[in-house]
Amino acid sequence: MSCYKGKYADELIANATYIGTPGKGILAADESTGTIGKRLSSINVENSESNRRALRELLFCTPGALQYISGIILFEETLYQKTAAGKPFVEVMKENKVLPGIKVDKGTVELAGTNGETTTTGLDGLAQRCAQYYEAGARFAKWRAVLKISANEPSQLSINENANGLARYAIICQENGLVPIVEPEILVDGPHDINKCADVTERVLAACYKALNDHHVLLEGTLLKPNMVTPGSDSKKVAPEVVAEYTVRALQRTMPPAVPAVVFLSGGQSEEEATVNLNAMNQYKGKKPWSLTFSFGRALQQSTLKAWAGKEENVKKAQEAFLARCKANSEATLGKYQGGAAGEGATESLHVKDYKY
Amino acid sequence: MSCYRGKYADELIANAAYIGTPGKGILAADESTGTIGKRLSSINVENVESNRRALRELLFCTPGALQYLSGVILFEETLYQKTAAGKLFVDVMKEAGVLPGIKVDKGTVELAGTNGETTTQGLDGLAQRCAQYYSAGARFAKWRAVLKIGPNEPSQLAINENANGLARYAIICQENGLVPIVEPEILVDGPHDINKCADVTERVLAACYKALNDHHVLLEGTLLKPNMVTPGSDAKKVAPEVVAEYTVRALQRTMPAAVPAVVFLSGGQSEEEATVNLNAMNQYQGKKPWSLSFSFGRALQQSTLKAWAGKEENVKKAQDAFLTRCKANSEATLGKYQGGSGLSEGASESLHVKDYKY
Repeated sequence: MSCYKGKYADELIANATYIGTPGKGILAADESTGTIGKRLSSINVENSESNRRALRELLFCTPGALQYISGIILFEETLYQKTAAGKPFVEVMKENKVLPGIKVDKGTVELAGTNGETTTTGLDGLAQRCAQYYEAGARFAKWRAVLKISANEPSQLSINENANGLARYAIICQENGLVPIVEPEILVDGPHDINKCADVTERVLAACYKALNDHHVLLEGTLLKPNMVTPGSDSKKVAPEVVAEYTVRALQRTMPPAVPAVVFLSGGQSEEEATVNLNAMNQYKGKKPWSLTFSFGRALQQSTLKAWAGKEENVKKAQEAFLARCKANSEATLGKYQGGAAGEGATESLHVKDYKY
Repeated sequence: MSCYRGKYADELIANAAYIGTPGKGILAADESTGTIGKRLSSINVENVESNRRALRELLFCTPGALQYLSGVILFEETLYQKTAAGKLFVDVMKEAGVLPGIKVDKGTVELAGTNGETTTQGLDGLAQRCAQYYSAGARFAKWRAVLKIGPNEPSQLAINENANGLARYAIICQENGLVPIVEPEILVDGPHDINKCADVTERVLAACYKALNDHHVLLEGTLLKPNMVTPGSDAKKVAPEVVAEYTVRALQRTMPAAVPAVVFLSGGQSEEEATVNLNAMNQYQGKKPWSLSFSFGRALQQSTLKAWAGKEENVKKAQDAFLTRCKANSEATLGKYQGGSGLSEGASESLHVKDYKY
């Protein structure tokens, strides 16, 4: 058998396609407890379960926002949380036609003998966990592999290990009804130019798709969450049209048309930068037999967090900021963003060197 | 560097895109001396250079045919041959907007330890030969890798060796100005069903595109010449719409959008079958970010050969048959073929020869 054709096949294809609906994209709200702690502390908010719950309720219950969202990636804790009024978050989403997703990896560990390169863990018992998450209402999953660009990186070992891990994760998800988002993030850190980023991205994506084929993954029931192709963080920026050209070309050279959609990560880009680049991609003239949309975390929440600052009286203002970013990114998926839907912090770079989740 | 960006890059991209022009396709006239001998003997014609030349002149000079062709693949001998009036075949083509292509492989050899599986040779001195062919007017090349379906075939070794050979050939071609046609033919022989063919085709194509990426091949300057996805020769036939669905899906799952065109081989299909299947593919509703066209040998020449039978007085009749097939396949690339176009003798005849060796 060449690829998965089991009981969830039709559902996987339908859900993957739905996530790529033009005008919609993904909110990545799957920050682990540690990571969300850093965000909360940046606005002087205590990292308690109720604060984490309150933040997610603020986002998911923003009036009018969910129409722009096809899916939300959750951390395990959030999958089982409820609104203050007692309604499970997954119910809120379901009523608004938003698919709940779940982060299933268990973070990265270093590969011995490399210069700080990593592989991602989480395969043990993954099938059972996926089945439980499906029961709880999840319909897609996410697993983040991380690679870096440097003098001798990414190494062949790092590419092979991460591609293989992604492929194992992907087939296990499909066997348990979850659409796997395949995320091979190549960190933006470094002084390299956009050509180098393109070369590495093409090599990494080619390895990923070979591994997915080897592992019998049903491509029509997957999504890709790649980095955009950009210059390194220590290198001179380029125009959005250039980012668009290089990124689309890298995908044309490596991603089979069977994949329904690409949901870009924002990496360290500011809210505005990420939206403008996504918009440029959707305006770019060239073969694009897949939707190009977003799966943004920081680039959807930064202004919102600042506006909220943990205070009840700021919720409305924070929700307005969130709605503005959702709408902006929705327009960007249609190539119709006019620019400047800026909240405080919208143009602030969100790059943290050697970012660890 | 991820892929070829040398002096021929723009030309390769332009030529590959041109070959995939809707309404056009490739005539595969690159039969080696031995193979063309079999064809000639089937119509009782002696296998001498002048007869080989006469046959190719008949084809290339058919009035009105070249408008339906974007390229013609030649055997080395033919690259240097001329019309009876003394004009080089490559000039005839150039004037008609047809790109000359050249077969550069040196046939297959068996892989030890396998059940009759093969790899393709021809890498030695390939760069020099490509440069010479470019000087002589060639602008694309072809290399045929062969795989088969059996209980244990294709083996991982056969897939790896053939994919790697194709990738080495491809980059050498590009460095010397020739667009490489990548041809991983999975023989139709066998009792397997269409699902098996699809599984193997997807596995083989995935391996090919990984190898091409590893070897830094510029995909925008290549073409793919695959088998269509069909049941095996000993299995029940299916409708053209089914062939279309399975074939396009296999390509969707493995072939990056950067490749401009697919030029299908006809394998053992009859002329009419090959055309009707190609037509169904171009009517199929689904993502197809590449042209779907033809690179037919037997499926363009069968009726023509029979009509000619080696006789001067039959040339016009033979050329009529050839023009008919060219036009039919041109329409098929547009999804507009109505079928049964003046079926000549032999148009529905299966051209399958078991375990076909070129």
